[in-house]
Amino acid sequence: MIEVEDVSKHFGNFTALDRVSMRVSQGKLVALLGPSGSGKTTLLRILAGLEQPDEGRIRLGGVDATGLGTRDRRVGFVFQHYALFRHMSVAENIAFGLKVRKGSERPSKEVISERVHTLLELVQLEGLAGRFPSQLSGGQRQRVALARALAVEPRLLLLDEPFGALDAQVRKDLRRWLRHLHDEMGLTGVFVTHDQEEALEVADEVVVMNKGRIEQIGTPSEIYDSPATPFVYRFLGNVNALPCNVQGGQAQVNGLHIGEGRVDGGGTAFVRPHDVEILELSPDLPQAKIRQVIVLGPVVRAELELPGGLVVEAELSRDQKDKLNLRRGQEVSVFLRKAKVFVGEGA
Amino acid sequence: MTAASLPLLRRTRVASSVIPGFGPTLGFTLLYLSLIVLLPLAALLIKAAGTTFAQWGAILTDPRVLSALSLSFGGAVVAALINAVFGLLVAWVLVRYSFPGRKLVDAFVDLPFALPTAVAGIALTALYSPRGWIGSLLEPLGIKVAFTPAGVVVAMVFIGLPFVVRTVEPVLHDVDLELEEAAASLGADRLQTFLRVILPAIGPSLLTGFSLALARAVGEYGSVIFIAGNLPGISEIAPLLIVTKLEQYDYVGATAIAAVMLAISFVLLLAVNLLQKWRRARMGG
Repeated sequence: MIEVEDVSKHFGNFTALDRVSMRVSQGKLVALLGPSGSGKTTLLRILAGLEQPDEGRIRLGGVDATGLGTRDRRVGFVFQHYALFRHMSVAENIAFGLKVRKGSERPSKEVISERVHTLLELVQLEGLAGRFPSQLSGGQRQRVALARALAVEPRLLLLDEPFGALDAQVRKDLRRWLRHLHDEMGLTGVFVTHDQEEALEVADEVVVMNKGRIEQIGTPSEIYDSPATPFVYRFLGNVNALPCNVQGGQAQVNGLHIGEGRVDGGGTAFVRPHDVEILELSPDLPQAKIRQVIVLGPVVRAELELPGGLVVEAELSRDQKDKLNLRRGQEVSVFLRKAKVFVGEGA
Repeated sequence: MTAASLPLLRRTRVASSVIPGFGPTLGFTLLYLSLIVLLPLAALLIKAAGTTFAQWGAILTDPRVLSALSLSFGGAVVAALINAVFGLLVAWVLVRYSFPGRKLVDAFVDLPFALPTAVAGIALTALYSPRGWIGSLLEPLGIKVAFTPAGVVVAMVFIGLPFVVRTVEPVLHDVDLELEEAAASLGADRLQTFLRVILPAIGPSLLTGFSLALARAVGEYGSVIFIAGNLPGISEIAPLLIVTKLEQYDYVGATAIAAVMLAISFVLLLAVNLLQKWRRARMGG
């Protein structure tokens, strides 16, 4: 278990982390998700002991590890650009953490070579033990870096943008593989990413960060289905942000009732494109005009113009599109299935 | 290069390379190297080729010649090793730390490049002679530097230092901090990180700096002759012996020593280059 308590970190005038608290349970894979400058990498480096927090405490497995250096934390760290030792072969890279142990803690040569072999199998690089990093592809380097970090049997695995430098297909394969590997080994892991799809697909739990603060912590579906703040709404997935007005608990967009608001005032209503339903013209429902229909493989994206000029994006299936026979300029009715209203600052 | 082979060469290169101008630049390079480097050396070898077998034997078995050659090369190797260690230290300090006066220290490093070697030699002699500032401190301990082989090494260290610092510095600058962090996260201490991660990364540049300092020390004349005292068979370097022979109109002897120096230097530098190449090949480029 990892506990982070009220950790702050400043670099000069810049506040990288502002009283951040979170906990990661044993065996979970957690994503730190946020835009660049949100403090996610700083938090990861503080967990690794590569940075020391200005305030606050870090507890690893119930023991205070705040002042502990990287060497003594027993964490595996996978760097964004892998940081492989270029003058060492793949096998030597993986063995490094075991070879630098001192005295009786250092395993024998046979044990080390056995362990390297097991790890190479695990990361599916059996034939490449003698290669040097310069002779490997990006995805292979990534897996060597992972094997090297795992060799020291860390109690916590930290990954900084693990798929950031890879091309799209390799990325997809590797993150499924990482998820699978994690399930198999039962390791506690934290990884940093700015890619929401990656976070939602791979992690058990997602920590959304912005400007040095945590916006929301939750499972991928919690984060996606009920974002706690406007920032999370905007950052995760496509969303329609409609300026609205709340009066007497009822939120309205251009005189159109859209949902409930807790406080009165000006705000923003968020509606996911797949929650915008397009229906045949009916007098009971608000009307809209189709501005554009784009077919993206199995899904169809439609741009609707509400009365008053507000543009809303809708996502529907091919079937629905064919049934309605959608085309540009058509008049339809629209129903916003689910909207969340935020009033006031930041909305 | 013959006129017939040139167009052929150009055609094959154009097909395989997008960088134009291979023909003219290579041609110029060869011409330039021939005029500046190869021609004087060839003249030396032609001169040496006129020497008879008996003359070669007499020169190469002369104890004075052998001692001068071994002092020149032995001293140069020792000096280059010292420079490799302390030059690395200086480069480390200049790259890794920022402190007031860093720019000033940085400028000091180049002074041995710029100073006339005779000035350096006289200054060193004044310092290390038995009545000099440093020499007078060492004398009670029974250590003599000036007018001994040790003095030769001191002068060679002085003139070789910038080569190591300036070749290692940029490479050390480029060593990724992440490598050190990675080593630390895997449990390596500072010394292990330095020996196993940083040193191998800067190794090739250190070796280059070493060979440059070595080459410079072998050829050094001006600063060494002042501090060496030039006792034949003890503190006389080969370049001085060549000048001595020339002054005695012994052109054959001078050329022969020069030719031997050239051969040894060439073999040493070639060995360093092969070592670098082997290392690169091992790492797969």
